[in-house]
Amino acid sequence: MIIGTIIDGIVIDHIPAGQGMYLYEKLGLDKLQCEVAVIKNAPSGKYGKKDILKINEVIDLNYDMLGYIDPLITVNIIRGGQRVEKIHPHLPETLTGVIRCKNPRCITSVEQELPHVFRLTDREKGVYRCMYCDTMGGKR
Amino acid sequence: MKRDLIDITDLSVAEIDELIAVAEDIIAHPEVYREKCRYKKLATLFYEPSTRTRLSFESAMYELGGQVLGFSDATSSSATKGESVADTAKTVSCFADIIAMRHPKEGAPLVASMNASIPVINAGDGGHHHPTQTLTDLLTIKREKGRLDKLVVGCCGDLKFGRTVHSLIGAMSRYQNVKFVLISPEELCIPESVRTDLLERNGIEFVETTSLEEAMPQLDILYMTRVQRERFFNEDDYVRLKDSYILTPDKLTNAKWDLSILHPLPRVNEISIAIDNDPRACYFRQVLNGKFIRMALILKLLEVE
Ligand SMILES: [Zn+2]
Repeated sequence: MIIGTIIDGIVIDHIPAGQGMYLYEKLGLDKLQCEVAVIKNAPSGKYGKKDILKINEVIDLNYDMLGYIDPLITVNIIRGGQRVEKIHPHLPETLTGVIRCKNPRCITSVEQELPHVFRLTDREKGVYRCMYCDTMGGKR
Repeated sequence: MKRDLIDITDLSVAEIDELIAVAEDIIAHPEVYREKCRYKKLATLFYEPSTRTRLSFESAMYELGGQVLGFSDATSSSATKGESVADTAKTVSCFADIIAMRHPKEGAPLVASMNASIPVINAGDGGHHHPTQTLTDLLTIKREKGRLDKLVVGCCGDLKFGRTVHSLIGAMSRYQNVKFVLISPEELCIPESVRTDLLERNGIEFVETTSLEEAMPQLDILYMTRVQRERFFNEDDYVRLKDSYILTPDKLTNAKWDLSILHPLPRVNEISIAIDNDPRACYFRQVLNGKFIRMALILKLLEVE
């Protein structure tokens, strides 16, 4: 198993406890053929508990999604058994297809093919608003 | 790159001042502008009826020597066949030079602007934005008062759902020394987002009150909106409060002699018709200003010299 060591892959660390499975689905990891481990409630000095995702392959990740879930998440890229890169996803300026607008008066409620786009309007508070109707997008 | 007008904040204060200056020049020298948009076409795409706004846009274009095409409600348009706003915007870009769009759904004009190759003006998207109404209000205040700074602006009525009030506050708060007096029943006071994001964050002076009479003596501008029955949870509250926010001659007893009374219209009963002949009533002059500012806007977006 890959719980111990990954030769080539990704470790997503410091996921807020309880959100590991949500991310697993949102990042589409359930569709991968390679080994994936979801570790829940791992002890963490900083936050008490955390979730960890280990993926036994280097894949493209949706960093907007990760930054939106929690900008404190870290992504470690492992190659040849060594960590070659550590990425801190930041709060993205725009979120496309990550959250959906729930305002029934929004144009996205009647035109299904429109992408749901949210813009960061308050970085301090992490507030995102729908590009079309300015409705606030809550954390999931 | 083409310019659109979706939200009043798309325009800088300098650009708004420039539009007002052009509108005032149009008023002073209408003959200069009669041919400015010759051979140009405005498409009015109105997915819900709003006769006043549509006629204002159409008469603005005609007075510039241009022509108008379009539809005035969704049943007479391809929207009933399920065409997307994006496709309509692309198609109409082949026929016209500029679009004015009214749509019941919030954000529809933005979608149109992202897909049209010609400028798009938001003529109202649900309860969201209506920037040409705000421009109309600003031109009216400028013409009545000679300035947009150093004013005490009273906003009365439904301040919770009244989008025209929110964008007027947003636009006026960019000028110096503007103070707001927000007059409404507690149930319909300004939303938290307007209070924090627009007023407090920008250090704008404002007071909230439930009494129109008490607020009256200090006002330079009184912007009236309607208190609607359906906004109240129970009939008793509505009946108890409705008369407090209807402007009648007796409420003007303590008003300044040069107060300017504005209303986005249509009015139902929130301003007594007895006030219409008072020189302080500006709301019909406001309608006329709406045409002039739309002329200035069309010229700007079409980049006509
Ligand atoms: Zn929306």
